[in-house]
Amino acid sequence: MKIIGIPRRRVDGRAKVTGQTRFADDVVLPRMLHCKLLRSTVPHARIVRIDASRARAHPGVHLVLTGDDFPISYGILPVSQDEHALAVDRVRFVGDPVAAVIARDELTAFEALDLIAVDYEPLRTFSGPDDSLGHDTPRIHDYGDAGNIHKLVSLRFGDVQAALSAADHVFEDTFFYEGNTHLPIEQHAAVAAKDPEGKLVLWSSTQTPHYVHRALAKALAMSAAHVRVIATPNGGGFGGKSDPFNHEVVVCKAALLLDRPVKICLTREEVFYCHRGRHPVLMRFETGVKRDGTITGMRVQTVLDGGAYGSYGVASTFYTGALQTVTYHIPTYEFRGCRVFTNKPPCGPKRGHGTPQSRFGQEIQLDKIAERLALDPAELRLRIVEQPETLTANYLHVGTIGLAECIRRVTRAATWSERFRKLPHGRGIGLACSSYLSGAGLPIYWNDMPHSGVQLKLDRSGGVTAFCGATEIGQGSDDVLVACVAEVLGIDPIDIRAVTGDTDLTPVDLGSYSSRVTLMMGNAAIQAAERARDLLADAVSKKLGVPRDRLVFAERRVFDSEDTTAGVSFSEAVCLAETMFGTLGTTGSYTPPRSAARFKGGGVGPSPTYSYTAAIVEVDVDQSTGWIHVPRVWIAHDIGRSLNPTLVRGQVEGSVYMALGEALMEEQTFRRLPPKLSNALVHKFPSMLEYKSPTTLDMPEVFTELVENPDPRGPFGAKEVGQGPLLPIMPAVANAIYDAVGVRIDEVPITPEKVLRALDAKAAGKPARVGPTGFPAVPWPAALEVPPPWEGGDGTAKVKREKGKGKSESGKVESEAVRR
Amino acid sequence: MAPHAHVALTVNGEPTAVAFAPYKTLLEVLREDLNLPGTKHGCELGECGACAVLLDGQPVLSCLVLGVDCDGRDVTTVEGLASDGRLHPLQDAFADLGAAQCGYCTPGFLVTAKALLDEHPHPTRHQIQEALSGCLCRCTGYQQIFEAVEAAIATTDSRSRR
Repeated sequence: MKIIGIPRRRVDGRAKVTGQTRFADDVVLPRMLHCKLLRSTVPHARIVRIDASRARAHPGVHLVLTGDDFPISYGILPVSQDEHALAVDRVRFVGDPVAAVIARDELTAFEALDLIAVDYEPLRTFSGPDDSLGHDTPRIHDYGDAGNIHKLVSLRFGDVQAALSAADHVFEDTFFYEGNTHLPIEQHAAVAAKDPEGKLVLWSSTQTPHYVHRALAKALAMSAAHVRVIATPNGGGFGGKSDPFNHEVVVCKAALLLDRPVKICLTREEVFYCHRGRHPVLMRFETGVKRDGTITGMRVQTVLDGGAYGSYGVASTFYTGALQTVTYHIPTYEFRGCRVFTNKPPCGPKRGHGTPQSRFGQEIQLDKIAERLALDPAELRLRIVEQPETLTANYLHVGTIGLAECIRRVTRAATWSERFRKLPHGRGIGLACSSYLSGAGLPIYWNDMPHSGVQLKLDRSGGVTAFCGATEIGQGSDDVLVACVAEVLGIDPIDIRAVTGDTDLTPVDLGSYSSRVTLMMGNAAIQAAERARDLLADAVSKKLGVPRDRLVFAERRVFDSEDTTAGVSFSEAVCLAETMFGTLGTTGSYTPPRSAARFKGGGVGPSPTYSYTAAIVEVDVDQSTGWIHVPRVWIAHDIGRSLNPTLVRGQVEGSVYMALGEALMEEQTFRRLPPKLSNALVHKFPSMLEYKSPTTLDMPEVFTELVENPDPRGPFGAKEVGQGPLLPIMPAVANAIYDAVGVRIDEVPITPEKVLRALDAKAAGKPARVGPTGFPAVPWPAALEVPPPWEGGDGTAKVKREKGKGKSESGKVESEAVRR
Repeated sequence: MAPHAHVALTVNGEPTAVAFAPYKTLLEVLREDLNLPGTKHGCELGECGACAVLLDGQPVLSCLVLGVDCDGRDVTTVEGLASDGRLHPLQDAFADLGAAQCGYCTPGFLVTAKALLDEHPHPTRHQIQEALSGCLCRCTGYQQIFEAVEAAIATTDSRSRR
């Protein structure tokens, strides 16, 4: 390997340090106008009247749009097409867009917003799951599983009740994970224009240009072939730029109507309203264990506060219950999930999508189990780690598993056995583990087409252009694309130009979400490059009279492995092949293997392979103030193979950083204004100053170890790294605090105030714990029974479920893998 | 349209005259009137540090400085860090060592780090952390940024010894 596995400057590194990377707000076009959105000031209301006449008459205003201009709904998931670009008849949260002004400049547009009069008829506001479960009306949406319940899920794999009865101990714990947001430094921005042929072009800071493309064609009732979406490099995404957004649809409509380019750049406050961040989740874990720590069964219940729209919420709901089984062997498993609508900004996918919340609960509960069984928490986990190449109780096919090695590496690095439960009072260390998908096994809308495609153009100059719909969000996807091609063709990454994220120019890649790009695009890139190499090899073989299998592609040459002086330059090889075959171009594509899950709901969780992580966090807790200081973190990540270790380390450390923010300070929370000020439910602090995130001074030392055991399913053996390393940090912090001061904080963020509260309780002889106690009454449907593989199951459900709501499904409902 | 302010200043070493609407911040003047989009914005409220530039050698948040206050002053942006066709050692180190992921906060970090090194050529790790504490980065976890600043110091030292 000449390129793979060697630390290297990323291909777009120079652009990023010279200020030349062209982000969406850097796109400036002649005759460009500017757009501002009027957002709802009330959390839930019927729109009685909008009077925009004064705004329309304001000098410099070109257009005012309202919900009437956007009759067609859209949404990221086919099952929740519940958004309109501008509110139609109803607003559902403070910040919901109501009207748009397009004017000669931002200031004029902003002034005109004040001239739009909106009369609202307030409706009851739902602030959280208790409200939404307790009151069916008014319904926030006219769809969903019941009242204000968006989604109810109930799945059972084996006889969990019997397994709990047969256990030596049954642990029942309740946890709460507060919502938080992505906070990318780049505010969302978009520019729309008609191209010279009159077709629509959108430049946008989106992670998912393909899905935006689909949504625009639908919402604007246009031929998709006449819509071009260009994903500009994102200034951070983390999941927050994965939905099609109101502002994108609005500027497209405006550009079409006005035949002038229209730009919008959201304010930071508006980014908080776009949200799609971490769902607040209340969860209950019931786990049965034998004395030796073996798990007999687990029942997980989650309630998600979804906010005002569907977004990815149905998938998020399933994800809170999907991945428990891929880390540890759980022979019987039950999951119940419930997502409610509330009048707050919509929640969606943030790094780890739906899994950090339940991972937090699972890993703290394991810490409690280890203590009760008098087992070392690392030893307990080593005993129950899932076996590689296993089909789990819920039919997820696990590939390679480096988790045991990760645990051994971090415990050694942190001198765990010398320090756990042995540090002076106030200091502690905690361990937690996790796993994550290397790409979702199913696409968001059902089809059997590839998830990622790559095209290569080989040029007589010796340059290669690689085209792929993948989207650069900072993670280094352009670098992965180029590195895979360069390695196969034996040229330098700088010889390759990456053209990415452009729906007109590049083959479809589904987008930068679910940690899918390296594995899927990487495999597609390798296939395309191998096909190109074959063409070149044919031509060079003929020219040199050397058998094809003796040819080596390296150092910009193609040469005979038995006589390295006999060869041609790479550009000569291209010329020879172009002479022999005509113009050169190859394609590669990747489609994940079919999932073994064939029950309704089995579409969320399957992945070609899973990454694994173990982490140990050290804390110092000041017992007089409750202040938590994290001096060091040790983390080991099973990546299969590291393609560019510089970028891999960045993903691991960046995940640790983001996780510490979630663990210790970040929260997207709301408060009610006093009744005399409208009683509205408003964001507590939609600003970067008040929404606390870790600074340079808060960041601990991070010791990263990469466990490299190549997975045959990954490109050069690689698995994901962008999300998995975030997952174990939050529970490891909580476990470390218990080790330090003997109190359990069963919720995030873990603030000094909560630590003090728990210490006070402990001193008063009460349970030394802060966390939720109750769990709301949820009208769970009868569980879909799916016998696990070891009970002779074949991935289908045992009993036919009652007819799905609103769906005209017929025939074998139980054997149909339903996507979301 | 609002009347325009006329300001003469030095931008990245070049004497520059510019006219702009007087309410504009230095950030807006740079991006919109001087065609220098390298300087970024994350909040326009002085909270994130993405828009940092050097004003007379000192790091300032350009979203909090009015353009009309810059008459006769010297502004350095990320576009002005390279010289003689060569990247500044900080730029090379940031690119080589993973200190720029999405790259959006990078210009602010680079100019802030340059101001630190101009004043303290050999800062401690803690001084680096202190100096950069007004810049938020959501991608890296900062560690590779600290290492890049330290690597740039080593490069500068070895160049000056030559």
